Amino acid sequence: MSRSPVSPRSPPAVSRTRFGAGRMWPLWEWLFRIAPPSWSEYVLRHWSGRKVVIAIPWVWLGLFFLVPFLIVFKISFSEVRIAMPPYAPLIEWLGDQALQLRLNLANYTFLLTDDLYVSSYLYSIKVAAVSSLWCLAIGYPMAYAMARCTQTWRNLFLLLVMLPSFTSFLLRVYAWIGLLKNNGVINNVLMALGVINEPITMMQTDFAVYVGIVYSYLPFMILPLYNNLEKHDPALLEAAADLGARPVTTFLRITLPLSLDGIVAGLLLVFIPAVGEFVIPSLLGRTDQLMIGRVLTDEFFSNRDWPVASAVAIVMLLLLVLPIMIFQRYQTRELERRR
Amino acid sequence: MKRRRIFQAVALTVGFAFLYAPILSMMFFSFNNSRLVTVWDAANSPTLKWYVALFRNEQILDAAWLSVEIGAMTATGAVFFGTLAGMVLARFGPFRGRTLLSGMTTAPLVMPEVITGLSLLLLFVAMEQAIGWPAGRGALTITIAHITFTMAYVTVIVQSRLAGFDDSLEEAAMDLGARPARVFFRITLPLIMPAIVSGWLLAFTLSWDDVVISQFVAGPGSSTLPMVIFSKVRLGVSPDVNALATLLVIVVASIVIAGTLWMRRQERLRDRETRLALAENK
Repeated sequence: MSRSPVSPRSPPAVSRTRFGAGRMWPLWEWLFRIAPPSWSEYVLRHWSGRKVVIAIPWVWLGLFFLVPFLIVFKISFSEVRIAMPPYAPLIEWLGDQALQLRLNLANYTFLLTDDLYVSSYLYSIKVAAVSSLWCLAIGYPMAYAMARCTQTWRNLFLLLVMLPSFTSFLLRVYAWIGLLKNNGVINNVLMALGVINEPITMMQTDFAVYVGIVYSYLPFMILPLYNNLEKHDPALLEAAADLGARPVTTFLRITLPLSLDGIVAGLLLVFIPAVGEFVIPSLLGRTDQLMIGRVLTDEFFSNRDWPVASAVAIVMLLLLVLPIMIFQRYQTRELERRR
Repeated sequence: MKRRRIFQAVALTVGFAFLYAPILSMMFFSFNNSRLVTVWDAANSPTLKWYVALFRNEQILDAAWLSVEIGAMTATGAVFFGTLAGMVLARFGPFRGRTLLSGMTTAPLVMPEVITGLSLLLLFVAMEQAIGWPAGRGALTITIAHITFTMAYVTVIVQSRLAGFDDSLEEAAMDLGARPARVFFRITLPLIMPAIVSGWLLAFTLSWDDVVISQFVAGPGSSTLPMVIFSKVRLGVSPDVNALATLLVIVVASIVIAGTLWMRRQERLRDRETRLALAENK
């Protein structure tokens, strides 16, 4: 390797093989040359290709997924201020070698004592729970029927299940406005058939929110269920039938217990995001009872109260921590088991 | 037997009717002449006037183009980070910080969007104060936010694809003296290509679709298409949105169907090649 003699420092002599492909070496050499010698030394001693590969996604997610939560947590303890950004710093330098740490719990006590917030949390949980059960009621028969089809049909049905979720979620929710409103398609058809004389009010009701959530999240219920049901060994069912079990018994004693993992995954995939749902209740939902996602955005954008919005988010996270952890355990197990 | 057939047919018909009826009705009424959208004006319909209006609407066209740009950048970034994360989780065995990494790649799958959006915006504000970057909010911050939540999906897809293969091919290459990087590019990458393609498409559609997170991290003057649609439909139904939806559904459906067919063909070709190679070696 020839180096210009004026170069103030030379890269430490190490095995080039360590940093993988020789083609990348010039880049490393340049980095070592511009970095402080102690850093270069450290990198050469401790890094390997493996560590760099692990570090890239780790650092990205740490910076943009983990750290943001810490910031939300921090701001939830601060006071609102009319400034940009509109919150008071937690730690202030008072001069005279004194640091002041102000932890303000007022945001949390405010949340827990104000009826608006408590009822919004309870309402969100109720809506999410009811919707995920409806998803199960509609999704399970579909996934079951799909898993019992021949391979060609299975692929076609899978594509048909996925296709709507590739088109815009927002526009699919919007489509329901056209169906549900007072002079919408459903009311028009029912009135034309003479079933009803007056239009039924369906928009801005709980019913509309359930329909919207079930409709948007149905694929997330069907896919894990289908993945699970598809793997069941038909020999088990045949054995049960040979031993004289009726189809209902076979289903209750064999298929249902075996598909429990899929059911849990599907329910959580619907329930957790539905609790914080914002778009569906804003377009279809009630105006007298808000869901917590809407409360959070209103608090943030309309009231510009960032600390309270942060506290709302932290409490929502605390409510969801347990479901999220169960989901993660399931997800990791599923991915490990495939091996 | 027969009863099961009937059950199958009923479950699938009801389910797919529920999934497709709203979309089809939306497409149908995009050809309606009346402003009232759902009241069919038989005398002057079908008409294409809402489609014409759509292509004259600068705001929608600009927003759509911005969304395409952000979607493409997001999908590319998400594929890069997601493939690395999937690789690391599926092939690297135990290492320090593994549990945290796998947690950070599954949590975004279910995290309510309002929380992700809020936390990322607060991060960007804090970073701008601390180091002056990113200066202001716009396409860049939207892209970073989108990469972060879409890479989780890519990770899962890549990871499960890798879990479907045992690592004997990679080990063989290693034994023959290939360096890790070369093994990755010559062996692993071609094997997981279908997962990468579907991951890219999924990340693109998720980004193209997102309204909540974008609303938090977008600055003034950077409105993506979903943000424009959302502010329109909050005011009620409007016929040009129906036209836009129809176009979107047709475009997306044809891309997805074409992609699926292409991938199926590739699989079949590779299967045949494998069989031929095995037969030759016998």
